Amino acid sequence: MATGKKNPLPPRGIEAGTHRPESPQDFVPRIGRGKESAKRTIDALFGLGAVISALAVTSLVLLATGTSPVSAFSNIIAGSIGGKTIQDVLVAWVPLALAAAGLLYTFTAGLWNIGIEGQIVLGGIATTWAMRAMQETGWSPWIILVLAILAGAAGGSLWALLAGILKTFGGVNEIFGGLGLNFVATALNLWLIFGPWKRPGIASMSGTLPFPESMWMPTITPQSRLALIPVALAIIAFIITGLLLSGSYFGLRLKAVGKNPRSSYILGIPTWQHMTGAFALCGALAGIAGAMQVTSVYHRLIPSISSGYGYLALMVAMLASCRVIPSMLVAFFFASLAVGSIQLPIVLKLDSSLAGVIQGTLVLAVVLAEGVKRKFLAKKKAGL
Amino acid sequence: MTESVLWISLASVLQAAAPIILAVLGETISERAGVLNLSMNGMILLAAMGSFAVTIGTGSVALGFLSGALIGASVAAVVSFASLGLGQSQVATGFVLAILCRDLAYFLGSPVMGLPGPRLPLLPVPFLKDIPALGTLFFTQDPATYASFILIPGLWFFVFRTQPGLMLRGIGESPAAAYVRGVKVKRLRYLYAILGGALAGLAGPVYSLSVKAGWKGSISGLDGIGWIALAITIFGGWHPVRAALGAYLFAFLQWLGLVLQPLLPGVPAQVLQVAPFPLMILTLLLVNIGKTEWMERLLAGLPAGMRQGVKKVITIMNATPPAALGKNFDEE
Repeated sequence: MATGKKNPLPPRGIEAGTHRPESPQDFVPRIGRGKESAKRTIDALFGLGAVISALAVTSLVLLATGTSPVSAFSNIIAGSIGGKTIQDVLVAWVPLALAAAGLLYTFTAGLWNIGIEGQIVLGGIATTWAMRAMQETGWSPWIILVLAILAGAAGGSLWALLAGILKTFGGVNEIFGGLGLNFVATALNLWLIFGPWKRPGIASMSGTLPFPESMWMPTITPQSRLALIPVALAIIAFIITGLLLSGSYFGLRLKAVGKNPRSSYILGIPTWQHMTGAFALCGALAGIAGAMQVTSVYHRLIPSISSGYGYLALMVAMLASCRVIPSMLVAFFFASLAVGSIQLPIVLKLDSSLAGVIQGTLVLAVVLAEGVKRKFLAKKKAGL
Repeated sequence: MTESVLWISLASVLQAAAPIILAVLGETISERAGVLNLSMNGMILLAAMGSFAVTIGTGSVALGFLSGALIGASVAAVVSFASLGLGQSQVATGFVLAILCRDLAYFLGSPVMGLPGPRLPLLPVPFLKDIPALGTLFFTQDPATYASFILIPGLWFFVFRTQPGLMLRGIGESPAAAYVRGVKVKRLRYLYAILGGALAGLAGPVYSLSVKAGWKGSISGLDGIGWIALAITIFGGWHPVRAALGAYLFAFLQWLGLVLQPLLPGVPAQVLQVAPFPLMILTLLLVNIGKTEWMERLLAGLPAGMRQGVKKVITIMNATPPAALGKNFDEE
């Protein structure tokens, strides 16, 4: 229903990179880069200003707790990219990057997929279900892993479709539907770990019984936690997403729907199909992120399987203005911050939530700087 | 004997609902004025931690409550400045603040974590407290709960029966029309967003100084409350009384989850705690479904008598948001 006329070509007048500064009520994703060098300089200056003010605010917070900002920051750097922990950064980068890649679809379609956290959980649950069903069949571990990851993608996708259907057919705002579904996903996960899938003997917060070691995703060395396949999958996800969003009719139509669903609908773009499609694709990537956590990091289902990666990925996509390559880099930066702050409680007696404080301050500063820049440009225009 | 136990537990449900009511009413004021303050979850955590720390530091519960309101007001000021002043998305700013304030609360709160602190005393109302059942329910509570009782009709009266209340509805419903009539839309939006933030911020101290006294960091059990408050605001249809009913329903269901716990030993406590969420989605669905296109088409196909009945149910459930919610208004 609601398709209107079939229109194989994108409507005229809707092109990549055009955005309407006068409609700031939506978080407008920008795909495509500005060309004029003056604009680029202004962008860079405001970006720099945002980063400096974010660092200044974080330093003030640190000083308020009586810590030297220099020692805190240098500890984070030493604990992340500065040492052997770079492997841990990549381990944290994989789910964050996969989720951020997924969010590029929903943001492009103008949707706030806050339910991504639950979609990662459902990916983990579906993968665990598939692994449990197949681990005693004697099949090749590779076949089992591939099928389990596909199951994870399907699980995440279905959970996202639920939010999508609630939005398109039930009129439930995707933010609230998604949030509710996140809580439900967490409860489902806990129920499985403490109920049907509990360890023989006693159920515990440490999760389900680990899978046989032969079915673990192989890591680069036996001691390392880093497996190459998840990293490769995350990179492939970004390449496909980049190609789809900036090089296909699907991407172009999705952008049109995101910019103005009403006029896209009138122009004959199947609007709700594109919205639910974006949800399904995002959910599939989130589900794969959950599958990676289960198959290559924990080798079992644990209560906090999504570990807040979904919410963090939303911040990544916002900071990168929904552009593909910046999203990859920002995800890496955020993963470094998270890993680098793990040892803060031991070394400096600081809570490791400092990473979240830095990330949040940075995104907030960038959002505010974007607004100041818009005001500044408008004033300059009026002055000319 | 068992009867009085029941009344005491129901009185505790009323107490548990008090902070949710403050948060929901605060958000209702803000959204009525057209400002969606999505930061609720982090803001309540930060206000809970901040007011607890201030109370321990100064020994004054009143200063604690004041700091909770101040934290709420300042977070709301950032959201409204980003949107009204800088034209940025309210959803984006609110979401970032929700996450940032939560981490800030955990980070700054670690020195006061687990410290013993004061707890608001019960203040039974003389004479009235001796009324059977009602006395326990309504007149043997702490000051915060009394405040929540008074606020519900008070806010209803303000929004629907006073001149400023009419203006509040106007700037959220049709800012252009209000502006043409000489209302300073932007200034009023700032005012109500910040007032709403201050009111919602009080939910923090009500938690850390009364309902869940103390600050226990990430295991305080407060993470998620703000998101629930946002959902209840919608469920409440931006109407103070209906919003309060939603808050009571939620608190009652959580209590029911705890009571049913021993009867269902196979189900972990966390599962029953989230029982209200599917219900929340369901109610949001019921609240909104009447407005969708396919529902209208379906209704048109029904026999006339049945259509009337279904329509009546949908109209009761239905809630229309302020038309300009989340949209920025340019006065030029």
